[in-house]
Amino acid sequence: MNSTDRGQPEWSLQAGDNANVIVLSGDWIAQQGHVPDFPSDGLHQARPNQPLTFRTDGLGRWDTGLIGFLWALKQGAAQAHLDMRAETLPDAARKLLDLLPDRPAPAPPLPRRPFAPLAAIGTVTIDSLTEIGTVTELGIETAKGGVATVTGRGRMRMTDLMSNIRDAGPSALLIVSVVNFLVGAILAFVGAVQLRKFAADIYVASLVGIAMVREMSAVMTAIIMAGRTGGAYAARIATMQGNEEIDALTVFGIPVSSYLILPSILSLTATMPFLYLYGCLVGMLGGFTVAIGMLSVTGAGYFHQTLNAVALNQFVFGFIKSIFFAILIGLTSCRIGLQAGRSAADVGVAATRAVVVGIVGVIALDAIFAVIATTIGI
Amino acid sequence: MAPQTPATDTSDTLMSLQGITLAFGPKVIQKDISFDIKRGSIFAVMGGSGCGKSTVLKSMIGLLRPTAGHYLVDGEDYWTADPAHRQTVSRRFGVLFQSAALWSSLTVGENVALPMQMLTKMDPATVRNQVELKLGLVDMLHAIDQYPSELSGGMKKRAGLARAMALDPDILFFDEPSAGLDPITSARLDDLILNLRDGLGATIVIVSHELPSLFKIADDGIFLDAKTKTPIAHGAPSWLHDHCDEPQVHAFMHRERETESGRTD
Repeated sequence: MNSTDRGQPEWSLQAGDNANVIVLSGDWIAQQGHVPDFPSDGLHQARPNQPLTFRTDGLGRWDTGLIGFLWALKQGAAQAHLDMRAETLPDAARKLLDLLPDRPAPAPPLPRRPFAPLAAIGTVTIDSLTEIGTVTELGIETAKGGVATVTGRGRMRMTDLMSNIRDAGPSALLIVSVVNFLVGAILAFVGAVQLRKFAADIYVASLVGIAMVREMSAVMTAIIMAGRTGGAYAARIATMQGNEEIDALTVFGIPVSSYLILPSILSLTATMPFLYLYGCLVGMLGGFTVAIGMLSVTGAGYFHQTLNAVALNQFVFGFIKSIFFAILIGLTSCRIGLQAGRSAADVGVAATRAVVVGIVGVIALDAIFAVIATTIGI
Repeated sequence: MAPQTPATDTSDTLMSLQGITLAFGPKVIQKDISFDIKRGSIFAVMGGSGCGKSTVLKSMIGLLRPTAGHYLVDGEDYWTADPAHRQTVSRRFGVLFQSAALWSSLTVGENVALPMQMLTKMDPATVRNQVELKLGLVDMLHAIDQYPSELSGGMKKRAGLARAMALDPDILFFDEPSAGLDPITSARLDDLILNLRDGLGATIVIVSHELPSLFKIADDGIFLDAKTKTPIAHGAPSWLHDHCDEPQVHAFMHRERETESGRTD
């Protein structure tokens, strides 16, 4: 290869002594974007029954741009039944050309997707039922593991549980505080605008208290945990899947439900109710801050009104809800992680799915709880 | 095509694959796989890249159910046995995965200890002693408190081997043990495998295409063909090297390029 600039890449077909001669000149550098394509009728004027040779005196620098041209030329020569004498090419170019097949692999046929709505509905139904069955089985296995742990026959390692609790609980305090404080403050702002019109400023305390205890703290904390912890569980298990770590557990006969899922669900179940209670307090503090700053409400009055408005059964209801949210997030995120493929992209997909399924699941479950609460009169 | 095979003694068979077919959905990976593995032998599953060697191993360790055929361990059908019995048989297996598959959130010591803690009633002191023993056997005692991410490829393989031996299995499976290792580390691993076979009396199944390693340690084996998706030769790697005239096997064993016509050059 020559290092001096020989100008634009050019080629021509010339008649030589008993041969068709392809004359190559200039610099054939693919990244410069000037490399010509070999036209399909490029050998139209070639004399039949005479070999195809090359003259490369004017050829400057070249890279795979030249090889691409030569490959197309080689295929054209084969179609025109011309004997291409590659030995007249630079040695390096000939060796690269030799590595290439005579023609590119044919494009694989596009998969046919016949229109079969019944089959599609059937497939979706069977897949959904199978998934429900699998998640239920996983839940039952995990519950059995939990019972076995409680009765001292379990295989769960306490170190795994404690480590998961630390990740799911204390490490999440800051974000739970920020979100619930702001939600409490927003509720107070919204309430204040309307209640001030009726000189009912004090009822901001009731609004914030009931909303936080009954709905917002449990749901917001669950959404945070679905995004933070659920996504992390799914990503961790999906990575283990890709690294054959789950296979290693399976071969040993170490139940994935005991080693991975049980500590995950238990840690969420143990921390979520307390994070919920903490979220309630912080949310009320947010409402209190806005009420004191904006409205004619005293601190003692706000405190009294909150105590009057929020009944204990609403705390109990929110507490129970947060336990169910924890089980839902733990189970679905672990299942999605176990279901993941084995590539790096699959880890990202699993984490995203776990967050989406967790958030949608929490809101759907909350709707069911709202119906139950209305039915039983809470 | 019946696989080429030397005359073998069929007594003392530990494992037997009979007409096994492996497939992922409609895609058949290998079919009509039949061979016996003798107790105490080192059996090699050979073949070019992508021929389904690791899939055969996955089936043998219980991770992939065959679509046809029988897999007998000590005369009992592994896949038709009830799950509890299958679990008992699996306890006899120790597996070194291609990537070592160490549990990344645990230290090397914890990796070896986990199966003992989860599956046995050993007290913590015994577990600790066993972990030190197993890591000592593979010269990895110094890395007992290190995490897998801190280890080199060869160290991961040795740690994986120590973990595979955690429950004193009598059947050890190795998936490409030399892959990614330099020749010296690879040769040391071969010596280790031989010593373990001789010392522990274990039966070893090894999936590999590393010829020096196969010639050194394997005393029986099967060659899988990617084109026909069947085994095409059966015998010790050195026997196949000297006697097998199947073009693919000959090309593989002599590191030759196979031509379109099936001949080698």
